Amino acid sequence: MNILEVRDLRVYYQTIKGEVKALDGATFSVAEGEIMGLAGESGCGKSTLGRSLVLLKPPMKYVDGKVFLEGEPLPIWDREKMNAFRFAKVSLIPQYAMNALNPTKKIKRIFADILASRGIRLKQVLSELNWRFELVELPLEVLKMYPIELSGGMKQRVVMVLSTLLNPSLLIADEVTSALDVSTQKAVAKMLVEFRDQRFVKALIVITHDISLLYQIADTILVMYAGKFAEKGGTEEIISDPKHPYTRLLISSLPKIGVRYMETKLRGIPGHPPSLLEPPGGCRFRERCPEAFEKCGEEPPFITLDSTGRQVACWLITGNHD
Amino acid sequence: MTRYLVRKVTIYLLTFFLAVTIDWIIPRFMPGNPIQTMLSRAALRAEAVEVMRGYYLKAFGLDVPVWQQYLNFWKAVFHGDLGVSVYLFPKPVIKVIAEAIPYTLAILVPAIILSWIAGNKFGAFAARRKWLDSTLLPMGYFLTATPYMWLGIFLAWGFGVALGWFPIAGGYSFAMTPNLSWKFVLDLLWHWFLPFASLFLVMFGGWAIGMRNMIIYELEADYSQYLESLGAPRRLIRSYAFRNAILPQITGLALQMGTIAAGAVVTETVFSYPGIGSLIVQAIQNQDYFLIQGCFLFIIIGVLLANFIVDIVYLIVDPRTRRGMIGEI
Amino acid sequence: MKKKPRKVKHEFLYFAWRNWKLRLGLLVVFFFVLLAIVGPHLTPYEPWAYVGPSARPPCKEFWFGTTMFGQDVFTQFVHGLYPVFLVGVLGGGLATVIGTLIGFTAGYRGGWVDEILNTFTNVVLVIPTLALLLILAAYLGVRSFFIQAVFIGCTAWPWTARAVRAQTLSLKAREFVDLAKISGMRPAKIVLTEIAPNMLSYLVMVFILQFGGAILNAATLDFIGLGPTRGISLGLMMQIALLWGALPLGMWWWFVPPGLAIALLVGALYITNVGLDEVFNPKLREM
Repeated sequence: MNILEVRDLRVYYQTIKGEVKALDGATFSVAEGEIMGLAGESGCGKSTLGRSLVLLKPPMKYVDGKVFLEGEPLPIWDREKMNAFRFAKVSLIPQYAMNALNPTKKIKRIFADILASRGIRLKQVLSELNWRFELVELPLEVLKMYPIELSGGMKQRVVMVLSTLLNPSLLIADEVTSALDVSTQKAVAKMLVEFRDQRFVKALIVITHDISLLYQIADTILVMYAGKFAEKGGTEEIISDPKHPYTRLLISSLPKIGVRYMETKLRGIPGHPPSLLEPPGGCRFRERCPEAFEKCGEEPPFITLDSTGRQVACWLITGNHD
Repeated sequence: MTRYLVRKVTIYLLTFFLAVTIDWIIPRFMPGNPIQTMLSRAALRAEAVEVMRGYYLKAFGLDVPVWQQYLNFWKAVFHGDLGVSVYLFPKPVIKVIAEAIPYTLAILVPAIILSWIAGNKFGAFAARRKWLDSTLLPMGYFLTATPYMWLGIFLAWGFGVALGWFPIAGGYSFAMTPNLSWKFVLDLLWHWFLPFASLFLVMFGGWAIGMRNMIIYELEADYSQYLESLGAPRRLIRSYAFRNAILPQITGLALQMGTIAAGAVVTETVFSYPGIGSLIVQAIQNQDYFLIQGCFLFIIIGVLLANFIVDIVYLIVDPRTRRGMIGEI
Repeated sequence: MKKKPRKVKHEFLYFAWRNWKLRLGLLVVFFFVLLAIVGPHLTPYEPWAYVGPSARPPCKEFWFGTTMFGQDVFTQFVHGLYPVFLVGVLGGGLATVIGTLIGFTAGYRGGWVDEILNTFTNVVLVIPTLALLLILAAYLGVRSFFIQAVFIGCTAWPWTARAVRAQTLSLKAREFVDLAKISGMRPAKIVLTEIAPNMLSYLVMVFILQFGGAILNAATLDFIGLGPTRGISLGLMMQIALLWGALPLGMWWWFVPPGLAIALLVGALYITNVGLDEVFNPKLREM
């Protein structure tokens, strides 16, 4: 059974200028034990997707779609009902993890208060907590400190432990490595995998713009562009054989070790994503796509290509398979 | 923590030093001959004039060099010898002040404490309910924008003159003499109520508004969002926000002390309430320099003390200052 | 059903107009400004002239009634508005300027400059200015509104200095400042082009608060008898009214309008400030 099933999810942002269609029809699933990477540039909708699964509040607006967590419907549009699922079944490591701890409370107090609200005494989970702290290489003294006494990386790890303390089925990690230095990034990445291996969480969605991180830890990669899915597949396959033009440009724009860039230019992707207020009809990548053709005026469906589960939304690939 | 305290105490000592110096300067650099002015105003008999002149000369120590006069003043201050009042001759200044201070404290202290507590609770409550917010907001701003004396006059007129429920002058009924009977105590309270209420209402508005804004700010903070993502009940999120919002309200109390002191002065004037505010105004109107000196000194000490108390409270409430982090103020 | 996105050219002005607090506040302020300008022309009387029977309640001839001396209260009222604005703007403006200079210098320079300015700020903060002024005023023979404004400006700045310092510190830590420094921009230029524009909105709000505070301060001083020795102001009206027994005689038309006007005006300023805050900080906006 898949841990997460999402069908045609649409979440828009309400602004004075109108509705920004940040997430426009997402359909995918995450299997048990899977670490799915969600990649794309800023504003593509990946954070919206992640956040909407945990805390959907204004200005975000639920428009359409169904979500199932371990077979049960997940009422993401109902803030009250979702409380039963949050923390226990689905949890979030937020983008702002370094500011996520109340500055005037000791770490121990924060843990105790949140657990108490679930009817759990801190004492009951203390040994488990100790072990997890060890796992993320945090000294136990941290519990007696105030957030301001900790470094950014330490705060991040505290948040990681807290968010996963009740062994949620699904963990969403939103840009957890973006603000860290490279060596800490590696450590954090390893911890995420460890969480899965130790079965603290049953499935993970890792949201990032950094594909190289996903290459390290993700089993599958889902590439988003302008609110829609572009491509999905196993990590190895996506990296070695990207099919969607956007994915190809994304991979090729990564610097590679050993290549000297005096000879080959490091290419970015010229242009910028379309406004999601009034998105263009048809394929949203059309304007920047070097291989766009006539058919691209029509929106390409997100189609499964073969038995490996590879999915692409591009007429170039799927056009002839009508 | 010690750094924090040392810093604070230094400021207060500095200010006290400065204030006493200014206090000393007052009679010395006035236009004209201060002693002559005082004597002519005092309308004394001929023999008394000579005694007073001699006394003043000695009191001002005008026969010794200036720096020694200054030191003598400091000595006098620490001995509690603030001279004799001209306006209320022959009462010593310190006695006059001692009689006035209880009245001022009686209206100020409860007004400050109660308005702070009530205002903060109310402001936090209002931030939760939209309908209450829409009614509280304009009312709160109006109250805090109201000049103290106008509210005093308005209440005095409304409840004192028009409705006749409360007296509008004095600390107690003129017909009575102070004694420890129930009747007198009730009379005191009866006279106390309107000046107290007037101070209370203006301050209440300010705290309520301040708290409401702080709470909204805290509820938008990252840590509140995170708590919500963890499915924390609203109660918990609110209590965290409240706890954090209180801190700037405490420092705000210290910042307000000067304004509150001014408010007490005008309120006492409106109600002819015999506190130290009324006293200093009368002293100025009668050009009683010793009394002015004494009152100013006490007002300064009062404000410094109040600031210090607030700082201690902040120390207790914000755990981070104890750890030697954020020495905010 | 698809909603067509609206064309919004100037997002700032749009929000500014839509914000009811800003609208209401500015409306009330402009009303009083208008009254201060036009008012004196609406009445045939002079503020200090004895024009009618004493202690008359409001009637057709005397819209706000008459004082104990038979002067028209309405005339006094509209003439008394102008100095309120004058002292408010001058005093508030001066306090804003001093506070900004001190706060900014302390925040930007840091180090011992910061320490000294901080100590100075704290000392001025703690001194109860009313007591100081009570005594100072005993010396000055003639006082004008201008001097009153200067005094208020010189004593009301400490909280502004603190606030501006905090803002400066937080801006200083932002990346774009570091970037400017690295690119070799001169400090003066950095201040003008990078930091100042970000502080501008904050300073506008600070000024509005100082404006309101100065009005209250001035009214208090006038009431105590430390106001200008000539001229009329709202605070002065209340003082005279009280002095001449308007309270026990129930002459509400004499003392209610001046104080009410101040409360409404300053309240409107505060509400405008809240509205402005919402316009400048998108997070606070109600959708």
